[in-house]
Amino acid sequence: MQIELFKISKRPRTYIAFAAITAIAFIFQFAFKADGQSYMDLVLQSVKDSFELEKAKAINGYFMCYIILNTLLIQVPILVALIAADSISGEANMGTLRLLISKPISRTQLILVKFAAATIFTILLLLWMAITALVISLLIFGADDMLIFRVKGEDSQILQITKDDILWRYFAAFGYATVALTVIAALSLFLSIFAENSIGPIIATVCIVIVCTIISNINVPIIDKNVKPFLFTSYLVGWKGFFYIGTNGEGVPIKGSLENWPSIRNSLLILILHIAVIVTASVLVFRKKDILS
Amino acid sequence: MASIIQVDHLSKQFNQVKAVNDLSFTVNEGDVYGFLGQNGAGKSTTIRMLLTLIAPSGGDILMFGKKLSTHRSEILRQVGAVIEKPDLYKYLSAYDNLSIFAKMSGIKVSRKLLMDQLQMVGLEERAKDKVRTFSQGMKQRLGIAVALVHNPGLIILDEPTNGLDPQGIADIRNLILRLSKEMGKTVVISSHLLSEIELIASRMIIINKGEKIVEGKVDDLLDPAHTIVDIESTDNLAAAKKLSGSKWVNYIQKGKPLQLMMNKEEVPQMINDLVTMNIQLLSVNSSHSLENYFLSLTTNPGYVEPFAN
Repeated sequence: MQIELFKISKRPRTYIAFAAITAIAFIFQFAFKADGQSYMDLVLQSVKDSFELEKAKAINGYFMCYIILNTLLIQVPILVALIAADSISGEANMGTLRLLISKPISRTQLILVKFAAATIFTILLLLWMAITALVISLLIFGADDMLIFRVKGEDSQILQITKDDILWRYFAAFGYATVALTVIAALSLFLSIFAENSIGPIIATVCIVIVCTIISNINVPIIDKNVKPFLFTSYLVGWKGFFYIGTNGEGVPIKGSLENWPSIRNSLLILILHIAVIVTASVLVFRKKDILS
Repeated sequence: MASIIQVDHLSKQFNQVKAVNDLSFTVNEGDVYGFLGQNGAGKSTTIRMLLTLIAPSGGDILMFGKKLSTHRSEILRQVGAVIEKPDLYKYLSAYDNLSIFAKMSGIKVSRKLLMDQLQMVGLEERAKDKVRTFSQGMKQRLGIAVALVHNPGLIILDEPTNGLDPQGIADIRNLILRLSKEMGKTVVISSHLLSEIELIASRMIIINKGEKIVEGKVDDLLDPAHTIVDIESTDNLAAAKKLSGSKWVNYIQKGKPLQLMMNKEEVPQMINDLVTMNIQLLSVNSSHSLENYFLSLTTNPGYVEPFAN
């Protein structure tokens, strides 16, 4: 494991992902610091009569982090694939796979170590995201109650979460995102077994994510029932559930509550099942594979 | 002498192609064992099966007296290998590469051990340099250091001199001889060049189309009794006629040039006899039949095997 992490840390491409996250977070923070008020005016236009709030306070560190995460978590799968898809195919491309296999470690061990290293990379990426998107935003914009804009069915909603009820939701959301992105890491690792350079598996991973995401967003009853429940992409943005605060009968938010915990829990279990199936398939395929590269 | 590798009826089939077919051979402790064959003969496939990169379709491999399929880790701990090109992590230094593969071989790594290895292959001054800055010869030497770092009893080198300049080839050859003679290692070396194997191997096998052609001690296989003599004269037909009544009738080929097989020590006597018979010689060249046969594998598939009988 140490060896794998050492190798990842020495590759320049590893830092592309961290640089990309830093750049995106910085651009958002700069843009909102410079002219965030215009954005808020636009978003709150339709609800300004029915919702009392101080616009100046609406743009705060928690809100900024939510905005950045909404954007970044679409791109991060690509960044995860950049490293995970290189796991086996990169070794094959360099010719080092032959040497690795001829060492006294089992192929199962090798795949599991590669998977664990890709998972740790994913965790580090999300930690970095937490630092740049949450910590830096809090330092720049300060902490306050957070507003969440939500489209539910045909209605638009604004949810307000008090500032002392937010931090744990971020921890939970980052935890959920780690599991979701680990599915991508596992998928990239699986695809990398079949290739002799990392471009193919990276492109294949991104294509699968795009196609499945499109299918997950098609609103056709037959797909809703028979396809969507089996696609991991249907659960990738489940982290948002931690920000959908539960309300009482009169619509008043209940501090520390979630609107639909069972749905989040089921999504997590399905994602973990995906990881288990893909990693098992990777081990089985790799154990039988002739190394010809 | 204990056998280090025992291969029995090994075969490997890729779809419809038989890459290795019913191959059996034995490598004994202390051997420098030459694995000879033209490109595509099945050498690399066999070596990859010895290193568990490829699963055999049939047959058994025993190494250090144990079945490879059931004692893989235990056996591979005692094996060092350079497989075709010495591909290493180009973005890492020589020292880091050596350290990584030493750890993967399951040994305790110290700076002294690694530097000693680098010194042995003459790379101690380049320890901190990235492998991407190395020449092919330096990469090959580092590959050998990687193969040796865990002090294995068996070293497998697949075409280790490929792409090297003459000095690089000589360095690798000397290193292999040192490994065998000074350190008592068993070495399996594959090559498509008989001249290379002849210089360093004690025993060898020749394979073609995945099958064993011949196996044995290099000295026996390169027996002077199997010397081939090519004769060019002013009139080859007349010369052939005159030779048919002499003791030099062991023709291999009656075309141009005349080709005879004999003991190397008899060549001067034969030249004398030809002169006595008034055959005007233009040139006489001798070479070993094994070399001729091996060359025929690469150039003339219809050639008749001299060891067929």
